Amino acid sequence: MHTDVVAMHISNGIIGIPVSAIAGVFAAVALAFCVARARADLDDRLAPMAGLVAAFLFAVQMLNFPILPGVSGHLLGGALAAILVGPWVGGLCVALVLTVQALLFADGGLTALGLNVVNMGIVGAFVAYGIVVLLLRVLPKNASGLVTAAWITSVVSVVAASQAFVLEYALGGTTDLSLVGIAGTMAGFHLLIGVGEAFITAITVGTVAKVRPDLVYVLRGRRQPLLLVTAATERAA
Amino acid sequence: MSAGRTRLAVFLVGGLLVSLVLAGVVSNLASGSPDGLDSATLDGCTTNSDGEITGGNCPAREAGDHELADSPFADYGIKGIDNEFVATGLSGVAGVLITFAIGGGLFWLVRRRPTGTTRSGTDKTEG
Repeated sequence: MHTDVVAMHISNGIIGIPVSAIAGVFAAVALAFCVARARADLDDRLAPMAGLVAAFLFAVQMLNFPILPGVSGHLLGGALAAILVGPWVGGLCVALVLTVQALLFADGGLTALGLNVVNMGIVGAFVAYGIVVLLLRVLPKNASGLVTAAWITSVVSVVAASQAFVLEYALGGTTDLSLVGIAGTMAGFHLLIGVGEAFITAITVGTVAKVRPDLVYVLRGRRQPLLLVTAATERAA
Repeated sequence: MSAGRTRLAVFLVGGLLVSLVLAGVVSNLASGSPDGLDSATLDGCTTNSDGEITGGNCPAREAGDHELADSPFADYGIKGIDNEFVATGLSGVAGVLITFAIGGGLFWLVRRRPTGTTRSGTDKTEG
């Protein structure tokens, strides 16, 4: 008997082959697009940083935390990746982790890899990026603003990813069960998982922003105005 | 090596060390319960102590085995090592290093070179 968590992602056979294949093609096209756009972002600094983000995601995804009696959750990572390295590189980071897990750790079926990449890599990272950019515009431009944005972004992106699974199940589920029931269960569990994800993302992003703000993608272009403001304030003082 | 590069290297090594400790040690404290997705897709089915479905109706009723269920790192263990603490930790360490190597390598290959030096070095991208 094993007590370890052995599978964390969609297994084979839950979603039928046609929808899984369509998701695979969609994932491949989306990732190719990500690679094309990521090249503009990836410089000598971001490239190794992105490798580190992928490795960190792999590590933290192993850390299942309890959310309810008998139910656990783990980081999906879309929000963390999008905030630290941007949506294009971030989506690639999550996809890489899922691929390593599926090929080497027997986690997430090979036929379901496209589904998992779409949900956690594409939906997770891009929903997160859209929200965090909006939030950073309205929230105070300081550490607590960033941490708050990371928090909200994590919860929303995790629930969004869970509903992407519900959509896939609606389109190609191999069983015929109440969609409303599954949508509700998935949303409820992932709201709680999102809170856990929010803690991890906020701590990680907050730490990197403190140590190396220049390595936080969503803060790019912000240092300049901040410096100007500081200089102007000093002159005024 | 410039000061900026040294600082980046320090940050990267620090981040990798944190990742290795999380995957190599802290992973053993992780909850053994099925995650939210598994729990939701098993909702309605009964399972035995190995987590195999024994009856009922749930989204995962038709779920199949993993194609590579016999691979050396399957299920975040290591084939041949029965000690769970050691097996989980070592597979976690291996996963972090493999992910960093592949990720860092691929991102480095496709990265943007400073203009003017793009053509002078080796090939732009390989594979």
